[in-house]
Amino acid sequence: MGSRFDIRRQTGFTAIAMICFFALYLPIITVVVYAFNAGSSIAIWEGVSLRWFYQAWNNNQVVDASIRSLQIASVAATIATIVATMAALATTRTKPYPGLGFKYAFINQPLMVPEIVTAVALLIFFSRIKIWTGYSGLGYLMAAHTAFCIPFAYLPIRARLENMDLTLEVAAADLYATPWKAFRRVTFPLLWPGILAGLMLAFVISLDDVVITEFVKSGGQDTLPTYMLGQFRRVITPEINAISTVFLLISILIVTVFFFISRKKDQE
Amino acid sequence: MGTGSALKSGRKNGVIVPEQPGKSAIEVRGVRKVFGTGESQVAALDTVSVSIRENEFFTLLGPSGCGKTTLLRLIAGFDFPSAGEILLHGQDIAPLPPFKRPVNTVFQNYALFPHMTVAENIGFGLEMLGKPKAEVKARVAEMLKLVKMEALSGRRTSQISGGQQQRVALARALAPQPKVLLLDEPLSALDFKLRKEMQIELKRLQHETGITFIFVTHDQEEALTMSDRIAVMSSGRILQVGTPWDIYDKPAERFVADFIGETNFLTAAITGMANGKARATLKSGATIDATVAEGFQPKDNATVVVRPEHAKLTSGKGDLSGTVENIVYFGTDTHIHVRLDSSEAFTVRQQNTRSAGCGFERGDKVGISIGNDAAQVLRD
Ligand SMILES: Nc1ncnc2c1ncn2[C@@H]1O[C@H](COP(=O)(O)OP(=O)(O)O)[C@@H](O)[C@H]1O
Ligand SMILES: [Mg+2]
Repeated sequence: MGSRFDIRRQTGFTAIAMICFFALYLPIITVVVYAFNAGSSIAIWEGVSLRWFYQAWNNNQVVDASIRSLQIASVAATIATIVATMAALATTRTKPYPGLGFKYAFINQPLMVPEIVTAVALLIFFSRIKIWTGYSGLGYLMAAHTAFCIPFAYLPIRARLENMDLTLEVAAADLYATPWKAFRRVTFPLLWPGILAGLMLAFVISLDDVVITEFVKSGGQDTLPTYMLGQFRRVITPEINAISTVFLLISILIVTVFFFISRKKDQE
Repeated sequence: MGTGSALKSGRKNGVIVPEQPGKSAIEVRGVRKVFGTGESQVAALDTVSVSIRENEFFTLLGPSGCGKTTLLRLIAGFDFPSAGEILLHGQDIAPLPPFKRPVNTVFQNYALFPHMTVAENIGFGLEMLGKPKAEVKARVAEMLKLVKMEALSGRRTSQISGGQQQRVALARALAPQPKVLLLDEPLSALDFKLRKEMQIELKRLQHETGITFIFVTHDQEEALTMSDRIAVMSSGRILQVGTPWDIYDKPAERFVADFIGETNFLTAAITGMANGKARATLKSGATIDATVAEGFQPKDNATVVVRPEHAKLTSGKGDLSGTVENIVYFGTDTHIHVRLDSSEAFTVRQQNTRSAGCGFERGDKVGISIGNDAAQVLRD
């Protein structure tokens, strides 16, 4: 044991780890700190204040964009998770067959095709539909977000399914559970942490998206990230920091909630 | 198997119960199961036929890979035969999915539901059958008592020991009162002491519930001690079905004789066959009485088996003669390995008494006498 390679004992490990740590978190800490700046600069500290939080809260554009973001993320994450759950069940509860690899690739396509390509393709595709139907609501954004959220929801669900003992489902069938009841009483409860992870991941990914949203959105359909991007082209005030800080808080909340739910499930 | 042995198998827990001919719980008729296609095809079951009686503790015994699990899965409905049919109480169950068969399984890895308590696991089958809550509750309590798990009914299945999980798996499978209980090597994951305990426990449960048990094992001793009847399997075929006595004393084939216990093989010429008995003339020239396996076809060099404890070593002349090669002391008995004059090997097992030594020494010229009802002629 004593002679085993231990990366923690290597010279410079601590230094490298600290640098990585600061490189990752220092910018975020700066953003959060300056959200509380009393002055209107994002670089010069002038004392503590909550004014930028008030300002953001009273800014209709920010509130509208936030609501829009949450609407899109809720709808997209929900649909994506349902589709991903069905896809994961279909791809794991079957014997390998020719073409299964192709299906994996098909489901994970959004992870492999550069986002900008998808964005341009959707822009052209949706603009045609807009002309034909005259509809220009949030549906396009929701559909686009659903599509690229599917693989993110799919991966944790599939991982959970692959680790599940298949004899549990056989045992349920043996004990007079119809396929639907076996799913509801055995597969689904055991799959639930995976589904929740998929849902959270999809939600956060949707909330965060800029590229596809920027291309697909119609006028007046800014989401929070595209709104913020727009702001950068004008004057930058700590209002942006305040919004980011709230965003960060929501993300941490989601991750924490998920952590506790999944830990409780695993203890069972 | 003749009618004689059928009568013998009516003996159950030391009591003679009247045999009801034709009353079979499970009837397997000419079942084949082929896995894979083309070149990589494997016949996991090769035309298996067997009839399992009601209230019977029936064991499928055979080495790993001989098709035991496959046969259980076909009976449970997890898989479907490539050919042949399976009857449950005379009714073809081929069209029934597993959740419609009144047959329950105790899985090798127990397959307990990890997100449910012990009590919820046990009640699952009854609940799926749509039994009223009160009935489920009463039956679960009854089952908890039967397997002595009352104190742990509220525990998660991950919070109980392997032996306790085994009991829960049993209770869960017994709770819906299936017509037949299938057990796939249920004891193989337990340590020696616990396994011995569970063997007794299983026999008790089978006796108390009166449910037909089909028990799978690769352990010949377990099969002999627990079963009413045993089917010995090899390479997807059932070689012999019979009571533990039949299987041990009258093995039909070399594989059966070899797989169960130790035995001596001798070459002999068979004469005077009648009523399953014959005279066997050994290479030594001696002629002994022997029983003959069903399906034996007269041939020049037949094989005769004699169990080591059914032969007696003498210093004088016997049916066989040879030289003592080795003596191994086992506490309760001694194994004396003899090289016969015909150059065949023969082992005699001699019960030990409280004296120094077995009365023979290495290099001794000895005779071996074989009792009147000790030899069996194999069909292969
Ligand atoms: N699903 C399957 N696909 C292919 N071959 C199988 C499958 N199940 C079992 N087999 C083969 O069938 C034979 C019998 O297997 P099994 O019934 O599990 O044996 P046992 O339970 O006696 O150890 C083995 O050769 C095994 O490899
Ligand atoms: Mg097996």
